[in-house]
Amino acid sequence: MRAKAFIGCLYLSLLLSLPTQADFSGELGVEARWFPKDAQYAGQLNALQTSVFAEPEWNISPTENTRLSFIPFLRLDARDKDRTHADIREAYWLYIEDDWELLAGVNREFWGVVESRHLVNVINQIDAVENLDGEDYLGQLMLNITLQKAYGRFSFYLMPLFRERTFNGAEGRLRPALVVDNNTTRYQSRAERWHTDVALRYSHYVGDWDIGLSYFDGTSRAPRLVSNADHSRLIAYYDQIKQLAVDLQYTHQAWLWKFEGLAREGQGHRFLASVIGLEYSWFQLFDSHADLGFLIEHLYDGRDQKEAPSSFQDNDLFLGLRYSLNDIQDSAALVGLLRDLEDQSSSLRLEAERRIGSHLKLELEAQLFMNSNANPTSMAFQQDDFIVLRLSHHY
Amino acid sequence: MISQLTGNTLLLLAALALSSTSAEELEGKGYQIAERSDRSDHGFSDSTATINMVLRNAAGAESKRELEIRTLEVIDQNSGDKSLIIFSSPRDIKGTALLSFAKILDADDQWLYLPALKRVKRISSSNKSGPFVGSEFAFEDFTANELNKYTHKWLRTEPCAEFVCDVIERHPLYENSGYTRQIAWIDQSVYQMRKLEFYDRKNALLKTLEFKDYQKFQDSYWRAQRLLMHNHQTQKNTDLLYSDYHFKTGLDDNDFVKGVLKRAR
Repeated sequence: MRAKAFIGCLYLSLLLSLPTQADFSGELGVEARWFPKDAQYAGQLNALQTSVFAEPEWNISPTENTRLSFIPFLRLDARDKDRTHADIREAYWLYIEDDWELLAGVNREFWGVVESRHLVNVINQIDAVENLDGEDYLGQLMLNITLQKAYGRFSFYLMPLFRERTFNGAEGRLRPALVVDNNTTRYQSRAERWHTDVALRYSHYVGDWDIGLSYFDGTSRAPRLVSNADHSRLIAYYDQIKQLAVDLQYTHQAWLWKFEGLAREGQGHRFLASVIGLEYSWFQLFDSHADLGFLIEHLYDGRDQKEAPSSFQDNDLFLGLRYSLNDIQDSAALVGLLRDLEDQSSSLRLEAERRIGSHLKLELEAQLFMNSNANPTSMAFQQDDFIVLRLSHHY
Repeated sequence: MISQLTGNTLLLLAALALSSTSAEELEGKGYQIAERSDRSDHGFSDSTATINMVLRNAAGAESKRELEIRTLEVIDQNSGDKSLIIFSSPRDIKGTALLSFAKILDADDQWLYLPALKRVKRISSSNKSGPFVGSEFAFEDFTANELNKYTHKWLRTEPCAEFVCDVIERHPLYENSGYTRQIAWIDQSVYQMRKLEFYDRKNALLKTLEFKDYQKFQDSYWRAQRLLMHNHQTQKNTDLLYSDYHFKTGLDDNDFVKGVLKRAR
């Protein structure tokens, strides 16, 4: 109740402070997450976890060549205090010329082409308490220069401040057996979070090919989780890594052929990881307006699970179906199955969404974990099947 | 005797000539008319406009979308124009942007930007006949306005509203079209399209598009302010209401690259 009142006040104050020349928009939502099975670990919540969230957005163009963006984010969770958090998703100043641009401030960048894992996407830290799909990111402070040439786009990033990954608290589900201590973090670099990370990216297209090449040198976004002295908690340890990555897509008629690959050093042995896959769309299914997409991807990860942050996706197969009604409400659904080819542990995920009227959006998500006890990483989730219902107001 | 023979022979020759060349002549005439209409638009260089899209179902229930369209003229006859469409409403898809490089007979190049994940996706353009954002316009209705994407055949001349129109039948030459043919009404005064009928794959009348309220910009370029699409088979309608037209705004190739999609709002 208190949370709702707070959101209400926040919303009102935002509306009142709205500068007239700015483009103001955003999203306000409520979310209910239901865990049908009893928790595996002591202290974890059972049944219903509710929360509210807000993501207002201001975009201003003070002059023809400059842009300002400000997007704060807030979630208030009724059950897990570590899921209650605020962030600045974007707060930047952007200067645009015909063939170059300069951005200073907090921003989000997305790189990559595949669906089952965002392997080469490295600029932003994952806001892991938000969702299990790793598609919510914390804002990253950066200085970013981009050059657009006839032969491609070059982007250079300097990132002076590292963001720690968020983790669910002791009350939260979808966490390891031991709670990750959000107050203690260790770094390989003596500069700790103030290590300046650098990244370069080249992207272009030639005919039916889209290509991206990227290099990153800095603090790994994924931590290794090591237990503390008395083995009561986990401590996040962030290594320094260097990685070279490539993403490719070949688009031909209704077929999309996709590849992402990287070579990384700094976390034990140098290793390779890749996702290769394809997507076929059956447009206007049975003469309707609907489309059905078929996805298949193979995930490989050569990392040593002890030396590097553990990863689910060492040798996995992803199968997916995407159904889009192409109706006025933009109704769509995606079902995906990820299966470990070695230990047979799997996870089935459903996402569905539909607009209601012109400002509301209803989303349904569900995830099931199957045969999880066969895999040391996913074992922690074996009781954590969940269903999420989310209603958001877009203005 | 001789004169009668000559007369008959001439008649016969004329009849032969008419029957053997008529199809070619009709196509030649059709192409000329379509080309004249196409040429009337040459040199616009670039344009921007706001579109209010009103979707109406058979029961009359309305839903609205607002988008901005930026177009860059590509002079080369062998490739089409570049366009960028950016949505500002409904609010949950605000910032969604579609970049298209139209081709003549090859598949268009298209990229879609999804603001929720800040992700740019190259998408298949073979979905030509699929509905554009749930409307009665298909993707190809937006991108297939290039002269050489069709054969053109003159059918007849007839009055159309306050004009006299040439009626042209055109057949798509590109792959994956949802139409067997289209019938276009092009006026003889300023050479603009006034009406377009779409026939589906079974050659049944599917849709009629009417072009209303033409205005002349920059003393040269005619643009319809209202495009009204009616689907005869579902009784659904989509209106495109154009406003805020600007020409020669200084846009260039660098404004039509996938890298700018994320800030194109």
